[in-house]
Amino acid sequence: MAGAIVSPTPLLKDELDIVIPTIRNLDFLEMWRPFFQPYHLIIVQDGDPSKTIKVPEGFDYELYNRNDINRILGPKASCISFKDSACRCFGYMVSKKKYIYTIDDDCFVAKDPSGKDINALEQHIKNLLSPSTPFFFNTLYDPYTPGADFVRGYPFSLREGVPTAVSHGLWLNIPDYDAPTQLVKPLERNTRYVDAVMTIPKGTLFPMCGMNLAFDRELIGPAMYFGLMGDGQPIGRYDDMWAGWCTKVICDHLGLGVKTGLPYIYHSKASNPFVNLKKEYNGIFWQEECIPFFQNVTLPKDSTTVQKCYLELANQVRDKLGKVDGYFVKLADAMVTWIEAWEELNSPPSAAIPNGKAN
Amino acid sequence: MATVDGRNKCTGKLKFILSYTINKQILFQGMSVPRTLRAGKLNEKILQLFIATGKDEVLSFIRELNIHPVITPVLPTQMAQFSVKDEDVDIVIGAVQSDLTSFMNAWKPIISRFHLIIVKDPDLKEDLKVPEGFDVNIYTKADMDQVAGSALTSQLFSGFSCRYFGYLISKKKYVISIDDDCLPAKDDKGFQVDAVAQHLFNLAAPATPLFFNTLYDPYRKGADFVRGYPFSMREGVTCALSCGLWLNLADLDAPTQALKPEQRNSRYVDAVLTIPAKALMPMSGINIGFNREVLGPALFPGLKLAGEGKFRWETMEDVFGGMCAKVICDHLKIGVKTGLPYVWRQERGDAVQSLKKEWEGVKLMEEVIPFFQNVKLPVEAVTAEDCLVEISKQIKEKLGPLNDVFGQAADAMIQWVNLWRKAGSSSS
Repeated sequence: MAGAIVSPTPLLKDELDIVIPTIRNLDFLEMWRPFFQPYHLIIVQDGDPSKTIKVPEGFDYELYNRNDINRILGPKASCISFKDSACRCFGYMVSKKKYIYTIDDDCFVAKDPSGKDINALEQHIKNLLSPSTPFFFNTLYDPYTPGADFVRGYPFSLREGVPTAVSHGLWLNIPDYDAPTQLVKPLERNTRYVDAVMTIPKGTLFPMCGMNLAFDRELIGPAMYFGLMGDGQPIGRYDDMWAGWCTKVICDHLGLGVKTGLPYIYHSKASNPFVNLKKEYNGIFWQEECIPFFQNVTLPKDSTTVQKCYLELANQVRDKLGKVDGYFVKLADAMVTWIEAWEELNSPPSAAIPNGKAN
Repeated sequence: MATVDGRNKCTGKLKFILSYTINKQILFQGMSVPRTLRAGKLNEKILQLFIATGKDEVLSFIRELNIHPVITPVLPTQMAQFSVKDEDVDIVIGAVQSDLTSFMNAWKPIISRFHLIIVKDPDLKEDLKVPEGFDVNIYTKADMDQVAGSALTSQLFSGFSCRYFGYLISKKKYVISIDDDCLPAKDDKGFQVDAVAQHLFNLAAPATPLFFNTLYDPYRKGADFVRGYPFSMREGVTCALSCGLWLNLADLDAPTQALKPEQRNSRYVDAVLTIPAKALMPMSGINIGFNREVLGPALFPGLKLAGEGKFRWETMEDVFGGMCAKVICDHLKIGVKTGLPYVWRQERGDAVQSLKKEWEGVKLMEEVIPFFQNVKLPVEAVTAEDCLVEISKQIKEKLGPLNDVFGQAADAMIQWVNLWRKAGSSSS
């Protein structure tokens, strides 16, 4: 039964890192200050490493540019994308915290229908700390939200739910459309505030957007590899999609939950649809092959950890998607490199490790 | 696949079988021995091979026959108007209470232009009171006995299940059904919700069960498919069932409501979404719309609890039927939507009293879940009717031994299908 007592959401300030990829500046942090200031930030600077990214005063952060990434990972740095926000997954790898929240630098605080500022981070924490219900869909959405519950007919044996690994938030104003849709509807804005969080059912894939995303790094971290995108790659703007498909398949296999819905952030910058089209072009065709692949992938029973699942997935990507394009062979190799790098940086026996220093 | 009909480039899967017997020297220059290739289908790869020869005879042959590769278009969502004609709709009300005056007057602005079918619960003794001003046909026990015989009537159509009689005799493409203790709701901006119009929109617009759209219904104004949604899935499938929700008294089970007697649903969630394929959900029969042509008898009165009563807390027929319907929809590749519209469900009954009386439904759900999660329908079952017959066999076989209620449900399903076939063959 869903709890009746509404206790305040814990801050988790020593258990959560905020990972922000950026190429320009971090002015947007000013608006988030009331909500983000208690937390440690990991800033991944993409693009020209000689440029200095100014971080507003008062934030506790560590910053990594390309030189740092190369220094820390050595040859394994090849798995981290360059000139694409996919580089953010380096931040997941170096974090020492249990939870990650990642947000784009053109995302601001949104207002709910009553006009109140939305504390997106608090909602993500609520989502991650309460169970998911992937085995049976609840028509009143998240049953653990105050005021909601499981509906008549929902089996009691499934009401405990499973741990939540991912909390996928949404966006008001500029919606996350692909280039063809942007070209046809350049003026469309998302103004519909849907007051719901829901668990994506087991066996169902979804397009995971990395703009406003939180996850339990301990439960699913190694699956959050954002792929090979950007400079020197035939594809862009599919980093989060790739991570989302891998993550969902692994969550389904391991009995973990993925939620989508609240919280909303305000997405302010509409990227250039023609530039987007060039980046997405291959992705639009390749996703037709990728989706059936992910829908039909099965992981062996003895893949009991995320890393094992991910390496198994990499093999299957090489075998089956490698036929579609040589890119997927490179990607499969990068997936393996990523896991190797993850293991190196996150090897088990560790006393409490302090945050990295700001550069 | 290549197609001969140039106009049909973008849709359909026309198979074109071209028998080709070709001197292999055309294809591979330098090979001296001519070989005959076996005839086969002309697919894109072969077509490219032919074109790659650069041979004039081959190219002009291709031009003459007007052979083109089929291209899957990368098109943004078609924003066609999704509308339904009034005369294609029946509104079916199961009357579990006798005085429908305030119910029907409250709904009048929304339903008065449609044809109404009111079916009176055969166990209800009092006369029905129905106000003037509606295009309505009323059916009572006498009508049901005439169609089904009195034994079957009491087995299939008592209590909330009386509305299934309405589904049976309706001749329309779309049916909307709302419990008689529900009134029009107001949305989050204070405007009255036209539940009928919303159900019809849900049914007219495609459903998208193959991939989850994070912005929910992509066909609603102001929304679309998000980045990463495969283009080949953006046409969607026919929506067979639209399940609405409830403000005030939500459709919770008796234990839950009894534990939280003051809890009322005040959250207006402004979304419609397709329930993904393979996912199961508990379908509430309180506020639904469906495509009768496509769903046929898949919504049925089957599961009758021993202590079934006149409050929703004391029934499970719609939940059980809904699981079968979802499995059938997944098999037939048609869709089920949930979300809007809301109706305002009035206070009625006492959860604690219902709980004292009836635990059975809650216990039964535990037993059926594994069955529904694993049920497989044969490829030959291509209509809802076929599927229902097949499911009833499997229910009898696998669930029958667990509890008599299931064996009875399986029998009821067959009786229902027979009635459906009879009614279908006698329709004008």
